[in-house]
Amino acid sequence: MTSPISLIRKDRSDPWRSHWPLIPAVVWLTAFFFVPLLLILAISFASRGLYGGVEWRFSAENYAMIVDPLYLWIYLRSFLLAAATTMVCLLFGFPLAYYMARLAPRWQGVWILLIIIPFWTNFLVRTYAWMFILRGEGLLNSVLLAMGAIDAPLDILYTNTAVLIGLVYGYLPFMVLPLYAAIARLDRSLVEAAWDLYAGRWSVFRRVIVPLTKPGVIAGCLLVFIPAMGAFITPDLLGGARTMMVGNLVQHEYLVIRDWPFGSAISFVLIATVLIGVTAYLSSGHRFDEWERSR
Amino acid sequence: MHNVPPSHRPVNLVFQHYALFPHLTVFRNVAFGLEMRRVPESQIRDRVTAALAMVKLIDKEDRVPSQLSGGEQQRVALARALVNRPAVVLLDEPLGALDQQLRRDMQVELKMIQEQVGITFICVTHHQEEALTMSDRVAVMDQGRILQIGTPQEIYESPSSVFVADFIGNSNRVAGAVERIDDTTYRFQAPDLPPMTVRPPLSLADGTRAMLVLRPERLSLSGDAREAGFDNAVPGRIDKAVYNGSEMQYWIRLTGAVVWKVYVPNATAEQKRFAPGESVCVRWNAADGVVLAE
Repeated sequence: MTSPISLIRKDRSDPWRSHWPLIPAVVWLTAFFFVPLLLILAISFASRGLYGGVEWRFSAENYAMIVDPLYLWIYLRSFLLAAATTMVCLLFGFPLAYYMARLAPRWQGVWILLIIIPFWTNFLVRTYAWMFILRGEGLLNSVLLAMGAIDAPLDILYTNTAVLIGLVYGYLPFMVLPLYAAIARLDRSLVEAAWDLYAGRWSVFRRVIVPLTKPGVIAGCLLVFIPAMGAFITPDLLGGARTMMVGNLVQHEYLVIRDWPFGSAISFVLIATVLIGVTAYLSSGHRFDEWERSR
Repeated sequence: MHNVPPSHRPVNLVFQHYALFPHLTVFRNVAFGLEMRRVPESQIRDRVTAALAMVKLIDKEDRVPSQLSGGEQQRVALARALVNRPAVVLLDEPLGALDQQLRRDMQVELKMIQEQVGITFICVTHHQEEALTMSDRVAVMDQGRILQIGTPQEIYESPSSVFVADFIGNSNRVAGAVERIDDTTYRFQAPDLPPMTVRPPLSLADGTRAMLVLRPERLSLSGDAREAGFDNAVPGRIDKAVYNGSEMQYWIRLTGAVVWKVYVPNATAEQKRFAPGESVCVRWNAADGVVLAE
């Protein structure tokens, strides 16, 4: 005999039942993430065919090639540019997000719209616009020369600076939006309580606002750093041949040199680096939390 | 104090929803103000421990606020203010977020802690019972203006205005005019009601328009109008009767427009209870009526 109670118990004891809602996500990730990833991993251990195809002959040579200083330098530059982009985005993004979160709700919506509007235009077109701004006889130099701030045009285009400007421009929204969400959720009375307990501006920021908006900071930094590390349009257009990033290298190997196995190896090292980096970043953040909570 | 910025006044707040820092332990929440004022580490430990002992939370110092009950959070908020040894602690609706039972316990507890530390507590509340039970002095405010300041007993028994009488506790009232009998005794005449004897604290001219205010628990009921023993007796009819355990609450219609509440304690099991529709007599002594000039 089955009583209602035993039915409920049975449901609870079936460990799979609660996982059913995950199935679509698992299918999606398997089809569009894990399978391609394994494919790249497999190709990275194959060899390049004579005319650009993939020859299924096992070789670890592709990974050995990466250790070449030329390629390591590209990795290092990518890392430094992505890290600098993240820092600059955080530096500009936090005050902007804080300002937005303190506005009247109506104006908050306007600001969010303003931040999203650039996405309605193709990223390539927007990056071309930056080329016109930054080049020798471009907008920036014209204005600075007219103002008398400089005597000769600045040589910005095709430098690391130009790439940094382009990356910050491109990824700033990914920093601002999660920060804004975190700051808008911050309970204002906590800031008031800190004021009441003799905290100055800096202490309120450092001891209350930063710890409580940290999930937003972490999300923003990841959303900027990870794509910036793999960026290729911006360094391609604004950096030229002199400032190649990993993304350009991958694109170059796949589409120009047609060395898919080496391109795959580079991609895989990039993915592994980012994963290790992100894991280290998150776990250090967690340890910092523990320390902060009860010093 | 006008020229002193808020952060430098010797005042600390207990916020309405406590505003405890969710990312810090109880200990570090309480220590926050001392750390900000750069009190030496060794003193911080002693003072925080003493403050936590006072609110009986010594064993919870390593918890974070989300692991505490509402009453415990309230006590952390209090300790966080007291540890700074301010001249005044401001409490904004301190018990507003607690349930009824806990509220009663905390009223007593807050009062005990206040007497122990000897720091002035200024407690903002909309809860009249809280105001009366917790305070040495009560200020009744309306739209930013103080209407009356006094001990709970003064506020409750001698309200200076109809607003105060209505705001603190329940009250019955009726408008009328006074007529002088002798130095302390007046006759109060309200439309459609028999004359009533009152004793206002100050002398009034004959014919002064006034409001008679009576607390429901100061009135008593009798089924027999001829029964003696009170200065005043007004006939009426029971409109509604509500049993709430410790007392019976009656709504009594005296005239077409005037309905008074009478609270009768359920003092004995044999006590007479009245049913809606019964004719009764509402009785009270002159000293229990408050006369407010209009």
